[in-house]
Amino acid sequence: MIDLPPDALSALALSLKVSLTATLVSLPLAIWVAHLLARGTFRGKGLLDAAVHLPLVLPPVVTGYALLLLFSRSGPLGAVLEPLGLGLAFRWTGAALAAAIMAFPLIVRAIRLAFEAVDPRLEEAAATLGASPLRVWLTVTLPLAAPGLLAGVTLGFAKAFGEFGATITFVASIPGETRTLPAAIYAFLQVPGGAPGLRGMVVVAVLVAVGAVLASNWLAPRLAARVAGR
Amino acid sequence: MLEVALQRSVGAFTLDVALEADAGTTAIFGPSGAGKTTLARCVAGLARPDAGRIALDGRVLFGPGTDLPPHRRDIGYVFQEARLFPHLNVRRNLLYGAPRGADPGDVCEMLGIGDLLGRRTAGLSGGEAARVAIGRALLRRPRLLILDEPLAALDGPRRDRVLPWLERVRDAGVPILYISHAVEEVARLADTLVLLRDGQVARAGPVGEILSDPSVAALMGPSQAGAVLTGRVVSEADGIAAVETAVGTVQVVGAGGVGSRLRLRIRAEDVIVATERPRGVSALNVLAGTVASAQPGQGPGVMLRLAIGEGHLLARVTRRSAATLDLSEGRVIWALVKATGVARADIG
Repeated sequence: MIDLPPDALSALALSLKVSLTATLVSLPLAIWVAHLLARGTFRGKGLLDAAVHLPLVLPPVVTGYALLLLFSRSGPLGAVLEPLGLGLAFRWTGAALAAAIMAFPLIVRAIRLAFEAVDPRLEEAAATLGASPLRVWLTVTLPLAAPGLLAGVTLGFAKAFGEFGATITFVASIPGETRTLPAAIYAFLQVPGGAPGLRGMVVVAVLVAVGAVLASNWLAPRLAARVAGR
Repeated sequence: MLEVALQRSVGAFTLDVALEADAGTTAIFGPSGAGKTTLARCVAGLARPDAGRIALDGRVLFGPGTDLPPHRRDIGYVFQEARLFPHLNVRRNLLYGAPRGADPGDVCEMLGIGDLLGRRTAGLSGGEAARVAIGRALLRRPRLLILDEPLAALDGPRRDRVLPWLERVRDAGVPILYISHAVEEVARLADTLVLLRDGQVARAGPVGEILSDPSVAALMGPSQAGAVLTGRVVSEADGIAAVETAVGTVQVVGAGGVGSRLRLRIRAEDVIVATERPRGVSALNVLAGTVASAQPGQGPGVMLRLAIGEGHLLARVTRRSAATLDLSEGRVIWALVKATGVARADIG
């Protein structure tokens, strides 16, 4: 039934690598930004909020093009990174960056909601028990926000896994390097009559996405129960 | 010793107080809206005064150029709601602020929470949660413990069950700032009383003295007024204890053993005044004395301060009774108090 040719398998492996990297590497920054948005009081908070949400509302192809301008050999960042061998354009790391940027608003949103739901009175109680702000955050805020964090990570992973527009614009679709599963499906569709393995890839894409959601749905209530002390 | 002098304005309300609290239990007492909790939060560093100085044992916590964050003030705070951490069990809640390697054993025994250690906090009753919150604040080894109406969230019977535990905490020797609007709690627990009204200190002094002062009665509401006496149980029979106090021997129901020290509160409303020695009455306590002062209050009542033996009682009578019986200063009277009308609390 699922009959995957070797290039489809490599696209799947690449997609997993790209989306996992994108989620995990952007997570600390997402937590920080979510915390700023949930608890911070500073000028320009609205601006930061808008900037975070930009990839959600811009056409993905525009985001991809902006990345290309920034990171191409002649772009301001590419000119610095390329000579160091750290260039992102047309590399899998670039695909990870594009996926991370597209997933970022979703991750931040979920984690921000989780932080906002943490009762600040508990943090106050922790402070009167002698805990420094960092310790309060690590031992009270973060554990209580854990279920929302998990939801953010799952959602982000699924979004990164399915990212197509910004990725293909930024890093193209080079087999083995930047041809992720969605890009491969698109490429296979271009073959008249459809290439063999196309259906298998579609099934796999659905399975990964559904699997992520199922895993999250299974874990989240258990984590929430633990956190709620039940 | 805690020294506080601070101002803080929020909207139309201004808190402007100066007070000192020594060892023992100091009650910050007043109606809701008097600024009690604001005062407590300023002391703990959870709210910021506009100006002033707060020092604990000589260390300045707040003052010009100084504003220590709450975690560096060494002040334990028990909130109205227990505020236990839901993701930690009782033991880990208790040890959250304790020094590394601390043993919760003594505190658990003092508060009767030893059996709860492995429990999750969600399953605790209100009284249990309150005791765990108190234990958690104690295990942090504070120089001062602030109890901000820790019983307010509990209903009557539960409150009565937690009060004795609070008395044990008081007797453990940590200085306590006890925030309350309930006279019973203050009368039972406090040594010193600071009466707060509209953001100002209305009165401050030893709790017995302040609560027995008829002019304070007007501030607290007449039904709350009453004399607070300390005494020693000299004999006990039929479930009735005879307690020697400044106003003579008072019979009360169900006291501790012979020799134990008690604190009695006799509410002004529970005292009947007679101008002749009554005969054949059921009240066990008939105390002879004179009227020291008579103060008409708002409404139909008159607050009498009765000089009896070496001490005083308060009695609330109607204006009509005061007029017909000529209850004015110097009048010889007998005060009748039912044994069952005396609220009592052990004192250590």
